[in-house]
Amino acid sequence: MIENAARITKQAKAFYCLECGKCTANCPVSRFNHDYSPRMMLSRLLTGEMDELVADEKLYTCLACGMCRVRCPSDVRYGELMLLTRIEAHRLGHEPNLSHGGILQEIMRIHAADKLHQDRGDWLGGDVQTAAEGELLYFGGCLPYFDAVFEDIGVEAGRIGRSAVRLLNAVGITPAVLPNERCCGHDLLWAGDHKNFIELMNHNIEAITAAGAKRVVTSCAECYRTLALDYPRFGGKIGFEVLHISQLLGERLADLEGQLGAAGGKVTFQDPCRLGRHMGVYEPPRQLLGAIPGLEVLEMRHNRQASICCGTSAWINCDMYSKQIQIGRLREAEQAGAGTVVTACPKCYIHFTCATSEKRGEPQVDVKIQDLCVLLAESLGAK
Amino acid sequence: MAKRKSKKDFEPRIVLFACNWCSYAGADTAGISRIQYSPHFRVIRTMCSGRVHPSFVIKAFRLGADGVLITGCHFGDCHYIFGNHKAVEKFETTKKLVKLLGLEEGRIGLEWISAAEGVRFGKVMDEFVERVRKLGPSPLTDGKRP
Repeated sequence: MIENAARITKQAKAFYCLECGKCTANCPVSRFNHDYSPRMMLSRLLTGEMDELVADEKLYTCLACGMCRVRCPSDVRYGELMLLTRIEAHRLGHEPNLSHGGILQEIMRIHAADKLHQDRGDWLGGDVQTAAEGELLYFGGCLPYFDAVFEDIGVEAGRIGRSAVRLLNAVGITPAVLPNERCCGHDLLWAGDHKNFIELMNHNIEAITAAGAKRVVTSCAECYRTLALDYPRFGGKIGFEVLHISQLLGERLADLEGQLGAAGGKVTFQDPCRLGRHMGVYEPPRQLLGAIPGLEVLEMRHNRQASICCGTSAWINCDMYSKQIQIGRLREAEQAGAGTVVTACPKCYIHFTCATSEKRGEPQVDVKIQDLCVLLAESLGAK
Repeated sequence: MAKRKSKKDFEPRIVLFACNWCSYAGADTAGISRIQYSPHFRVIRTMCSGRVHPSFVIKAFRLGADGVLITGCHFGDCHYIFGNHKAVEKFETTKKLVKLLGLEEGRIGLEWISAAEGVRFGKVMDEFVERVRKLGPSPLTDGKRP
């Protein structure tokens, strides 16, 4: 146990901690949940309380949004620390309390089975061009599953996939789509389930390589981070480049620009943590929004690197504090004068949709939530 | 269990979720009345059929079940008044997920059995086991325990 604590401390650079408390001061969770303090968690690890730490439910409170790392003067990798400690906790048999009865993790674990032959049906719809093999592959992830699980709050996640492929078609790309593509494993990894993550990684790398892909495009910020960063880190040999769809469309903006029809309204962009702080992609989505004629793009008070997380991550830690973070963030959008919050991650879209859902009682904020791909594809249809 | 060689001698493994107030007692009645029925299922007692979350069903399939049957009180008889209506809602989600995962819809079932219906309990079990037997082993396990 002590060796593991030492290894985690070293990998997360936790020894550099100055105990200044900037992490706690900036943590979106600590703002509402006064029992949670990243600085305390870290000092518990350093003072040899690893045994208690792995059994503590607070271990799963962290959103891994990366805000503390951005503000940390010594560049302590707090998110990394949580990830490694969770893997250690899972190895020792500790399980977090999962939101939604653990259904999403169960789906992901069943995805790791060798003999899985999914029947995704025609989830992309008939009006888009896809191929079985190709240089460029579109990785949709769990989108059809989100539709089934979150139907009651009016989530239309499949539309994100359909819109993404339509946009790719519009810039002259026929993407390859895997019929039996599995979850990228992000949520299992952040819940500490290292074993099934490795299974998913191997299956996905094999399938993507077999399709002959040189570039993989995702419409999900979390898939993007996992494929690009975590696969190579956990021993996956990826012979392909990974891009978020906003980056690819940003490259092809000249092709896309002429096709976008006018749209009215005021929007603001919510930077997904995995896309922004984790991967450093801030400007491409804003360029795309700016390319839609007639659309006014406003900025919230906290934007880009200072952007606030959507309040939940990896389907683990949804509680009243998550809802407070979400409502607080949406109020910021309202104050900026935006009628629609645009995001580039299906998870942010689902979490904010839940926060504004009528199922939760009278909505406290009056903003719409939309995915970047859906908004762009709608504007494509307007012309 | 003896080693199986072909699909013909396939003996399905079925997980049965039975509600505490009706179906579990129904199974008891079937036992007390010495009714003969297929022994292929493992019973899990839940307080209500509405408690059976889709994740339980998916987990059962992941751990090697060939079929999952959820049973509860008849409409209007629910101990918690609307519990079985919730079960129907959850079952709709379960059906969609099971289909997406490439499993046949016949592998899951939702039935209402009251505490007095011992005979019906036996009949439902026999029918469900027969239905799953026709479908063969779960594609996820191919007859082997994972």
